[in-house]
Amino acid sequence: MSERPNPPPPSIHPPRRGRISLVWLVPVIAALIGLGLVAQTYLDRGPTIEISFLTAKGIEPGKTQVRFRDVEIGQVQAVHIAKDRTGVVATVELHKDARDFASSDSRYWVVRPRLAGAGISGLETVLSGAYIGVDGGRSGQTQKEFQGLEEPPVVASDVPGHRYRLLAEDIGSLDIGSPVYYRRIPVGHVERYALEPDGRHIALGIFIKAPYDRYVTPDSRFWHASGVDLRVDANGLKVETQALATILMGGIAFETPELVTAPDHLTTAEDAHQFPLAASHADALKSPDGAPAILVVRFRQSIRGLTVGAPVDFRGVEIGQVRSLGITFDAAAQEYVAPVVLEVYPERLSTMDPQHAMPQGPDHREVLAGLVKHGLRAQLKTGSLLTGQKFVSLDFHPEAPPARFDSSLNPPELPTVPGDLEELQKQVQDILAKLSRLPLDELAGDMHRTLVALEGSLKRMETLEAHADKEVLPEIRDGLRDMRQTVQQLQATMAPDAPLQQDSRAALQNLSAVARSLKTLSDTLDKQPESLLRGKSGEK
Amino acid sequence: MTPTALSHGLMACPHCGLVQEPAEHCPRCRSRLHHRKPDSLTRSWALLLAAAISYIPANLLPVMITSSLTGTERDTIMSGVIYFWTSGSEGLAALIFTVSILIPLLKLGSLSFLAVSIHLRSERSVHQRAKLFRIVELVGRWSMLDVFVVALMVGLVQFSNLAIIEAGPGAAMFGGVVVLTMLAAHSFDPRLIWDSSERQDV
Repeated sequence: MSERPNPPPPSIHPPRRGRISLVWLVPVIAALIGLGLVAQTYLDRGPTIEISFLTAKGIEPGKTQVRFRDVEIGQVQAVHIAKDRTGVVATVELHKDARDFASSDSRYWVVRPRLAGAGISGLETVLSGAYIGVDGGRSGQTQKEFQGLEEPPVVASDVPGHRYRLLAEDIGSLDIGSPVYYRRIPVGHVERYALEPDGRHIALGIFIKAPYDRYVTPDSRFWHASGVDLRVDANGLKVETQALATILMGGIAFETPELVTAPDHLTTAEDAHQFPLAASHADALKSPDGAPAILVVRFRQSIRGLTVGAPVDFRGVEIGQVRSLGITFDAAAQEYVAPVVLEVYPERLSTMDPQHAMPQGPDHREVLAGLVKHGLRAQLKTGSLLTGQKFVSLDFHPEAPPARFDSSLNPPELPTVPGDLEELQKQVQDILAKLSRLPLDELAGDMHRTLVALEGSLKRMETLEAHADKEVLPEIRDGLRDMRQTVQQLQATMAPDAPLQQDSRAALQNLSAVARSLKTLSDTLDKQPESLLRGKSGEK
Repeated sequence: MTPTALSHGLMACPHCGLVQEPAEHCPRCRSRLHHRKPDSLTRSWALLLAAAISYIPANLLPVMITSSLTGTERDTIMSGVIYFWTSGSEGLAALIFTVSILIPLLKLGSLSFLAVSIHLRSERSVHQRAKLFRIVELVGRWSMLDVFVVALMVGLVQFSNLAIIEAGPGAAMFGGVVVLTMLAAHSFDPRLIWDSSERQDV
């Protein structure tokens, strides 16, 4: 302590007034960092939109994401029930860089596992939970409230292609997502369908993707490609199907007839062009029918076998069909007649020469009156003897009795001639009448007499026969028996071991011995003729 | 009343505790000597303000970002507390709430109160205030619990596709709050509490 030098005089710093301490930088920095972070968070926030859905199934606030091509672009912040309680409203906060998705033509839907005709989709959401899919719109206008789709859209809006409208009589097995085929290549989909306000047609919205959309021309024909088309024609049995999938889930096919122009010069149909949707390929390729003319024919015969939709035929060409059938009492004729209403397409008759096209409206009645004068008649004909199906045939029958055609009637009535079966019936009746005119009784009497005479002859013949049986036959039999005995005896005589044979053989041997002796004698006589007198010299 | 070093013209070294004549440096450990910590109140105020400012984003921004198969979750401290409370772990919720929300808040409040009372030269309940300061200094470090939990989770849960936990910006801000309040408590000179009561007698 003692060695320590005296401490230096303390330097007393006067308090630094007026100078701001550096320590205040700390809160300033903290404030800057904090403000920066908060500002960044709020600046990163994109627009908040509200999407209404029918149900909030699978949507969880704070968890469910909004994804575009599997990239998260936002998150559901809250879900609440719509004010009118018709659905739910999900409040979604989009990311800043996904601002464009708030554009007014964006479409939102919930992706959850779904079983549709085209297969199973959204299977991954079983594990991860549902998310909201989006199809980004391109219109510059932003919007805050969206109506969510209940079904995912079939085609994203940014796929190039064309949209068309098809008018169908019935929807068949088509559904949203059903494919559209061009030469059996899937080229598009059915996007939506709705019943027309008239309640008679269904309007289908289809999408054909590029580059196939350029094969859709205003002449293109569309048809239901669902199921199997089984046809029997002059070439035999024909089974036609589109791709296997269409058999199960339906589809539409289209074709452009007479593709003579080079594909480069095709006039592609405009967007939203409307086409009719035919029931089958054959229907689709038929020349288009104009408005049908309605005609009534009254048959005074059974119309059994005639059905609604049965063809109306003109010299083998189908020009219409039966629309309705009925039966009414004709007070004037005091009989029941069957009025059959026909739908005839006059345009099918005059496709060859447009100048002579059947005029429409009241004009075509004048033409019809002229035709009736020339003998145009309707006739019920049997199409198939097997099934008894009938059709109405129109043709000229100049021999038919003249009929009055009242052109003031609406619909006009076409006179009829009896059907072919009816005519056949008449002929049979004629034959029967002729038969009934024959003197059948006399013929029968004559016949009877002849028969009696014949019977007598027969009886006589029978007695003759019996006689022959009794007398002639035994005689013949005896004769035959004798003859057989004779033959047998003859046979016995001729047999090798028969006595006659043996005797004759012994006789022959004896005879040869005699001959030998005679020879010896003659030889001896030759040599010694004297021996005849003197006897043999040797024996001497 | 009570004799202090200051009243006897002496100084205490804050590092080695040597009481000596006023000088610029401690003769034993050569550290700088002051009668009182210089600018103590100013520094405390500045750090307190910084802590208070940081406290706002610390609670608003996510502390933990959990990405798993089911999606990404961003949890703030309060959402974690609510989650534990609603899922049945009320005790845990209360603990997190106390440690992470209440204590920093109380610390900010207590230090502000102490600083204000020194400015006002208050003589009341001097002993209690001194006690309060010691409690604040003692408890302060436990607030880091949350930050430690997040740090641990981030280190442990890294299953590339299944689950990833990341620290959010809120965690950094929260750590900042805790560090700043500790620094504020450190720069606060408790002798000032007594000074105001002494000065009356001088």
